[in-house]
Amino acid sequence: MQYKNIATQGLWQNNPALVQLLGLCPLLAITNTAINGLALGLATTLVLAGTNTTVSLTRRMIAPEIRLPAFVIIIACFVTALELTTHAFFYGLYLSLGIFLALITTNCAIIGRAEAFASKNACLPAFFDGVMHGIGFTIVLVLLGGMRELLGTGKILTDANLLFGERASSWSITLFSNYPDFLFALLPPGAFIALGLLLALKNWIDSKMQQRASVAKQQTTSSTTNTSSTPA
Amino acid sequence: MTTLRRVLLLAFLAAAGTALVATLHHYTQDRIAYNQEAWRIEQLEQIIDPARYDNDLLLDTLTLHDPELLGAEPVTAYRAYRDGEPTAIILTAVTPRGYNGNITLFIGISIDGDITGVRVIAHQETPGLGDRAEIGKSNWIKQFDGTSLTQPTLPRWGVKKDGGDFDQITGATITARGITEAVQHALIYVEQHQDALWETP
Repeated sequence: MQYKNIATQGLWQNNPALVQLLGLCPLLAITNTAINGLALGLATTLVLAGTNTTVSLTRRMIAPEIRLPAFVIIIACFVTALELTTHAFFYGLYLSLGIFLALITTNCAIIGRAEAFASKNACLPAFFDGVMHGIGFTIVLVLLGGMRELLGTGKILTDANLLFGERASSWSITLFSNYPDFLFALLPPGAFIALGLLLALKNWIDSKMQQRASVAKQQTTSSTTNTSSTPA
Repeated sequence: MTTLRRVLLLAFLAAAGTALVATLHHYTQDRIAYNQEAWRIEQLEQIIDPARYDNDLLLDTLTLHDPELLGAEPVTAYRAYRDGEPTAIILTAVTPRGYNGNITLFIGISIDGDITGVRVIAHQETPGLGDRAEIGKSNWIKQFDGTSLTQPTLPRWGVKKDGGDFDQITGATITARGITEAVQHALIYVEQHQDALWETP
């Protein structure tokens, strides 16, 4: 039950990008293609899982007064390790993500999870929490990236080879040929508007679900009054 | 828990973290250097038509030094020959006039004095704005292909904002201005040293 709750928190109710609005700098800057979004999302997920686990493991050792510098050291180490690995083994991806890989360190969602969850919970739930929040963040990055890529260039899944190797270079799908590039979607203002649309969509779904829940509640209460009144 | 213990704990964490990163750096640095070298070769090959040369560019290099035109430090130039005849030279140029420090460029110039291509090799420009000078991010840098000191003529060698012929980069005029100037300087350098460049073995 606890794990189910952690999952819904990370993926939906407390989604780092759509509810907490954390990590917006990389979110807006890097999501010009779905693959870039996916790559940064996966990198963030790896870091979140690693830092949450480490923070949880050391939570009894680290006094509350020094916890913030300690978290910063842990997070910076994980990000640097990830950056070196990407630089060595996924060079194309490293070039395309550029400085934003290093900037994962400053993503408030990561220190936020360390402070709000990992430092108060056992190792396994903390790991799970990191993964779920990471996936929640990744889904938003991919959706945003896909939207902007499609609107901006009329194509989707370009540069998949950067992440999945040469066999993926044919994954790119051109949905509209002769598409005149719509630069606005690719520039930062387009990112803000696309994020706004996603936020609106999430809030709309939430309010629909709430309405349905309250209608269902009313129905159950009215049906119980009905059954109680039938004998008379 | 005393203050001293906390300080020691933080110091221990920092040392452990540094050790971890240093170890990883040690094991990845060769591969990173290899990647960077391979990438540079790829950039070189992009700005010179393979039909123009049949020698190994990396083996026929010169070291040039001109603080005015090519940057404060000595830079490498690559000479291209076809059937023993010189066809083009690719200069490395470093301009300090980026928005945020140096921009390193490869500038290919044919024996006739035309630009065969320009690529940004290293920079620290603003992500999302100045980095559009990179080929992977936009085609801006391709507008220099085929230009020379006479096409356009000198007063028009600049970005449009300064009355020149070249597009700037939206939100990164300083970057665009710096690169345009560096390309022009490279052309001037080659014109001034045309003979010397090919004389030295």
